[in-house]
Amino acid sequence: MIVQAIMFYVFAALAVASGVMVVSSRNPVHSVLFLILAFFNAAGLFVLIGAEFLAMILVIVYVGAVAVLFLFVVMMLDIDFARLRSGFVRYLPIGALIGFILLAELVLVIGSWVVAPGVPSAAAGSAAGGVALTNTRALGDILYTRYLFAFQAAGLILLVAMVGAIVLTLRHRADVRRQSIAAQLARTRAQTVEVVKVPIGSGSR
Amino acid sequence: MAIGLAHYLTVAAILFTLGIFGIFLNRKNVIIMLMSIELMLLAVSINLVAFSVFLNNLVGQAFAMFVLTVAAAEAAIGLAILVVYFRNRGTIAVEDINMMKG
Repeated sequence: MIVQAIMFYVFAALAVASGVMVVSSRNPVHSVLFLILAFFNAAGLFVLIGAEFLAMILVIVYVGAVAVLFLFVVMMLDIDFARLRSGFVRYLPIGALIGFILLAELVLVIGSWVVAPGVPSAAAGSAAGGVALTNTRALGDILYTRYLFAFQAAGLILLVAMVGAIVLTLRHRADVRRQSIAAQLARTRAQTVEVVKVPIGSGSR
Repeated sequence: MAIGLAHYLTVAAILFTLGIFGIFLNRKNVIIMLMSIELMLLAVSINLVAFSVFLNNLVGQAFAMFVLTVAAAEAAIGLAILVVYFRNRGTIAVEDINMMKG
């Protein structure tokens, strides 16, 4: 129990510290790397709380895909980041004020909040009938039955996002000469080879 | 002392606030803004998972997965738009994005 508490505080402190570094880092590449660290620590929190499947998905999706996508874009675009940072200090007070107000509200809500009586007993999606299931199995049990259409819609969202990203970034350049395989394969002997009778002493034209 | 629901909710609240703070702080840098949005979505996922575990109801984890899906799609589309915009205009500064302003 005490080990669990210590691990929680380590993961939580590292996640919050990396979050601070994400928004305040001078170099966007460092921001992305701290974002990856924040995701790893959130995955650690998920493992600690008992949601192993989501923890692994978090590492695969966020660290493996989203953060690497950010890294690619940050490194691919040639941007003067010093100019983008110029208003940093000017926006600090208003940002700190709004952040502080929001945090105070959230802490007040969390501090005075209790579960409504009767809610846990009404929980519909809890693991089936006393049988000890692994987290992944239990999640699959409700995801592929009660939430099948939502799951399909999620797949559709990903498909649309993929098609959209490709359509947006695909570029047809007119000044690039490309290989036309169809034209190459459609060539006939008549278009290509010409037999010339060369008279002696005059050469071919 | 045992780690309860309030601990997880506090971490999520701090991360969410950091996301909003980052949007205000980096008003000119769209990339950091997108990262702040990812941070806020992560905080929402932590909330969903914490409630799901402490109320013994797995639906929260299923919805955390949907949040993850939407976050991935949003990042892909947002960054694609960013790349296209940079290719056309040569800048991504927020104050220069005013073509459609009346």
